[in-house]
Amino acid sequence: MGTGKTLFDKVWDSHVVRNIENGPDVLFIDRHLVHEVTSPVAFLGLKNRGIKVLHPERTFATADHNTPTINQHLPVKDPLSANQLKALEQNAAEHHIPYWGLGHQKNGIVHVIGPENGITVPGATIVCGDSHTSTHGAFGAIAFGIGTSEVEMVLASQCIMQPKAKRMRININGSLSKAVTPKDVALYIISKLTTSGATGYFVEYSGEVFRDMSMEGRMTVCNLSIEMGARGGIIAPDEKTFEYIKGREYTPKGAAWDKAMTYWETLKTDEDAIFDKEVTFDGNDIEPMITYGTNPGMGIGISNGIPQAEAVEGGVSTYKKSLQYMDFNEGEAMLGKKIDFVFLGSCTNGRIEDFRAFTSLVKGRRKADHVTAWLVPGSHRVEEAIKEEGLLEVLNEAGFELREPGCSACLAMNDDKIPAGKYAVSTSNRNFEGRQGPGARTLLASPLVAAAAAVTGKVTDPRELMEPEMA
Amino acid sequence: MAYDKFDILKSTAVPLPLENVDTDQIIPARFLKATERKGFGDNLFRDWRYNADNTPKEQFVLNNPIYSGKILVGGKNFGSGSSREHAAWAIYDYGFRAVVSSFFADIFRNNCLNIGVLPVQVSAEFLQKIFSAIEADPDTMLEIHLENQVIRLLDSGEQESFQINDYKKENMLNGFDDIDYLINIKEEIRSFTENTPL
Ligand code: SF4
Repeated sequence: MGTGKTLFDKVWDSHVVRNIENGPDVLFIDRHLVHEVTSPVAFLGLKNRGIKVLHPERTFATADHNTPTINQHLPVKDPLSANQLKALEQNAAEHHIPYWGLGHQKNGIVHVIGPENGITVPGATIVCGDSHTSTHGAFGAIAFGIGTSEVEMVLASQCIMQPKAKRMRININGSLSKAVTPKDVALYIISKLTTSGATGYFVEYSGEVFRDMSMEGRMTVCNLSIEMGARGGIIAPDEKTFEYIKGREYTPKGAAWDKAMTYWETLKTDEDAIFDKEVTFDGNDIEPMITYGTNPGMGIGISNGIPQAEAVEGGVSTYKKSLQYMDFNEGEAMLGKKIDFVFLGSCTNGRIEDFRAFTSLVKGRRKADHVTAWLVPGSHRVEEAIKEEGLLEVLNEAGFELREPGCSACLAMNDDKIPAGKYAVSTSNRNFEGRQGPGARTLLASPLVAAAAAVTGKVTDPRELMEPEMA
Repeated sequence: MAYDKFDILKSTAVPLPLENVDTDQIIPARFLKATERKGFGDNLFRDWRYNADNTPKEQFVLNNPIYSGKILVGGKNFGSGSSREHAAWAIYDYGFRAVVSSFFADIFRNNCLNIGVLPVQVSAEFLQKIFSAIEADPDTMLEIHLENQVIRLLDSGEQESFQINDYKKENMLNGFDDIDYLINIKEEIRSFTENTPL
């Protein structure tokens, strides 16, 4: 048996403060990201116990889940949202936590601003009261979502108590075909493994496809790890990673950088390390993907038909209920289905690369008249880049407008709700019933598929709209 | 936050034989705007339970008076999706003390254990037995014995054991939470911190 360690083992083991026999590990947390929705009850807990945040300098707060994406300079109208935002502002001030609230230059979705500001670094343990914290694993960090009780634990002690996950490796070699993006890779994996296929595991992504991916693409893949049930996803840091983080505000500088590099260079899985489970796919098999049902595992290559209930693992009644909610039938084609909304954004696909992809396809075309499109950058940084790179002009010419940063229609806590019965092609991460508003019907897809839907008004294969040389 | 001790729970159960019940269904996002942990039970399964005009949907199990009890029985992959602990709060606040399923999503299971709801994972076969028993008789009594780690159908006597780690079991039996533990090992954490590379 191999004595080598996986990347996950190396980072996890070096953060264990104490191992409780037949119980969880006490795990030290390097960075804690906080937002307005899952933190107020945790801060209240601290107050009731009469304790302070132990390491405010390791804690970062932003407002994103519950914020409007227009007129952010005006007071927030919804009194409950306003109250929650105020609570975070007060808690941050009281505990001396940096707070990047609405209007702040660094404001944005928590998983977008972490990497942007260099809070996310290789080999770190990072948690946040949000399941898509797995995003940060793209940098070779152990990052995962926690509940509010655990938020309180981290605030109080900079530790959480969890049993170590099992290890899984997903290998994908080969190269990706035209119009196949990191989002498609992730939706493909989830459709193969199902939404519970990686429960109990921490997943390492490995192989040419991930090696060739940009940091943005790796973030998209790691982000979606949670949708197959995994505790988190991780990719070994390489030159691309170091290049991305170098010089960012919170990354180490000078001698501290050199010292960190010595540690970071050890962060790869040993050759003789053994995983509890390994799966392998071929990158060449992946098509642009779209979902047709009410969980992210219900995805197919865009040119395929909706599967028959018998062909799908799991309960037939659950499957039928799902199709009924979507008002789709078994065997139907997805191509050509009329859609009403397009949402480009979220911590899955709200980064600059996603806006570049979307813009490349709508360039010189027009938004379909009946389509409402919400284009929501993941952060003010992304918003600035969209303007600086001239993407905004192209988008405006094609009939699109840009909104202000936030989670927006990803979870529809603010006013950005898809109306009941309407279809939305969304670049976000969850197509659960009502996720984008009560009764809303969500088709998850990449920014390219979203762009193709936005200009044609129906589910369209983006390859049909691409010049041959764009391959 | 401290919660009631969990020892032996004898109760009828509410069946929800659907797979992949996600936390967005358990508590939709628009109800997460509170700054205190209060009143979440009213919105448990809100959109399955009520129409848009707030009238109850009669066919949903929580609105069916023949089913009641402190145990919720769900299909495979219960609690997937969002990490919101509010889902576990809503279940607790509604009056459930245990959730039974053949498979739980990770974060949801953790959240439950942290707030005093016992997740009881049984085999797919035993889950089916429970569903069938409740279908035949909605007054079917279940017993969950935490100390012995056993769940039993009282009438037929059929039973199965379930897993929980010793630490969490001790916590549930005593109503303790992890923060008390962590505060007690503060010094150990402090010295560890001094040697962290990042
Ligand atoms: S964009 Fe969506 S998934 Fe990401 S942090 Fe916001 S609500 Fe969560």
